[in-house]
Amino acid sequence: MVASLAPTSSGDADTVIRTVNLTKVYAGADFRAVDELNLSVGAGEIFGLLGPNGAGKTTTAGMLTTRVIPTSGAAFVAGVDVVAHPALAKQFIGVVSQTNTLDRQLSVFENLYYHGRLFGMSAHESRATASRLLDQFQLAKWATASVYALSGGMAQRLMVARSIFHSPAVLFMDEPTAGLDPQSRLALWDILQQLNGDGQTILLTTHYMEEADQLCDRVAIMDHGKILALDTPTGLKKSVGIDTIVTVRAAGDQRLLADTLEKGVEGVTKVRRSDAGLELHVRGGDRLLARVIATAETGGFEIADISVAEPSLETVFINLTGKELRDQ
Amino acid sequence: MTTASPMGEHQGHIVVGPRRSSFSASRAALGALMLRDVRVLWGDFAIFVLRTIVQPFLLCFVFLFVFPKIGQSVGGTGGEAAFATVLVAGVVGISIMFQGVQSVALQMAQEFGYTREIEDRVQAPCPIWLVAVEKVISGSVQGLISAAIVLPIASFVHASGVEAQINLHWLVLLTLVPLACIAMGSLGLVLGTSFEPKNIGMMFGFVILPITFLGGTYYQWTRLAPVKIGSWHWLQTIVLVNPLLYVNEGMRAAFTNVPHMHLYIVYPVLIAFCVGFLWLGLRNFRRRVLS
Repeated sequence: MVASLAPTSSGDADTVIRTVNLTKVYAGADFRAVDELNLSVGAGEIFGLLGPNGAGKTTTAGMLTTRVIPTSGAAFVAGVDVVAHPALAKQFIGVVSQTNTLDRQLSVFENLYYHGRLFGMSAHESRATASRLLDQFQLAKWATASVYALSGGMAQRLMVARSIFHSPAVLFMDEPTAGLDPQSRLALWDILQQLNGDGQTILLTTHYMEEADQLCDRVAIMDHGKILALDTPTGLKKSVGIDTIVTVRAAGDQRLLADTLEKGVEGVTKVRRSDAGLELHVRGGDRLLARVIATAETGGFEIADISVAEPSLETVFINLTGKELRDQ
Repeated sequence: MTTASPMGEHQGHIVVGPRRSSFSASRAALGALMLRDVRVLWGDFAIFVLRTIVQPFLLCFVFLFVFPKIGQSVGGTGGEAAFATVLVAGVVGISIMFQGVQSVALQMAQEFGYTREIEDRVQAPCPIWLVAVEKVISGSVQGLISAAIVLPIASFVHASGVEAQINLHWLVLLTLVPLACIAMGSLGLVLGTSFEPKNIGMMFGFVILPITFLGGTYYQWTRLAPVKIGSWHWLQTIVLVNPLLYVNEGMRAAFTNVPHMHLYIVYPVLIAFCVGFLWLGLRNFRRRVLS
């Protein structure tokens, strides 16, 4: 183990990723894809960058994995300046990209084996690690198959296995479950949680709020290249200052209904229209449904449907930006 | 150095920070990339051989067997046997070029295009230019192998009496053939990084075909002199930009005793093409990979 091969950033030994005013302006663009980002991710964290497409998440991950050259600022992974020493930094980062980048000319086993060799393992060591990983990721019976034979979920598992093959200090995952069916998505979440339980630091980008909510220790909500909020999922949801979201669907003048409910139901902080109907953000929740129904009916509205939910990261995003995450 | 398992006994084993110097990591990565290419080549070796020999075989078959049989005149005043000698060297040259295009350009266009494999390859713990250079090395080695396969075929497929006169000049052969292979591999890098995968057809139509037909495969450069406007030998002048011309003239110097372009020209120009193509190809590669 070599401790000082490159100039390292000063700072906490437990900080695995650190960015200082990290900024990216793409050639020909008149806006900052990433705008003076200051980020610090600790060892053992699953850290999520949550935001709509174009928020700057992938660009941020790209800069940290040496593929995107920052316009200004600095980025350190495990203490190594990734801009100044990209080849050195690549020794201890693992990357799972959005698309399938498996080697189509190699078998499933060989995809792992040659990755090990690429990272300097001996033939014996690489073969042993490849076999173990195939077992652990339940791909052993596909070992000799072509990667064309794998389903989307299996290909994704193989890519994760490959990315952690060389025990990276950080695993970067760009939209890891985009395009996966729900079952494969849950399976992948399990794998990531297991890896994290074993101490693997993971940085993932996602626009699925459930993914950020379920998986991440901390989440940074990004839009237009900036971090709008950064906390644990629970902390973020608390920050909105509401306890319940009631969605009401009723025929009639929606503006009048909104007005009626906002004035008539105690604790309503905000009413907004969504695809599902009217969404009431409510603080305090005693006998809430009964009060909403009574108020609506007193106002002459007949409620067709009513549902209750807790605030989600979606709510946080809407509160911060005024727009929905999923619309983007 | 630790060998951490990703699950199970992983805890406490994760190494934070680089394990090896950039140099030793890059050397290992280069070795592994080559190893991978050898594995793929070996797995498809029969196809590789077939792909390599089809064109040379057809060229020799048509020009050196069918044409003499049907009385179609080739070779002008020099006669058919002299033409065979000229053609055989050209066939080796053209095979080296096609190998460069096939193993570097097509491969790279595919990896940049629909498979996106390149995104993983450039995460190898080495400078990204090394990933591109490895492709050129690998393509050059495949060029060498094809030259070795093609020469005997080209010398055996012919009608009786239409025999190529092969005279091996070992010093030239051992230096010029590898140089030609590197130049054509580098050309492959330029093409593979310049054309979008969907435009590969265009690459063949507008680049490969002109290079092939105007690359001195079927004739020596000096024989083009009669093609002129006034006193300007326009064709002879234009084809000087064609790298294949120098490869073919060089092959003539290496394999035959027929007159060829002077080696004082062939060597430096091919070296210049290597440098130029590598510079351009690596610049393109970097631009395609980084943003």
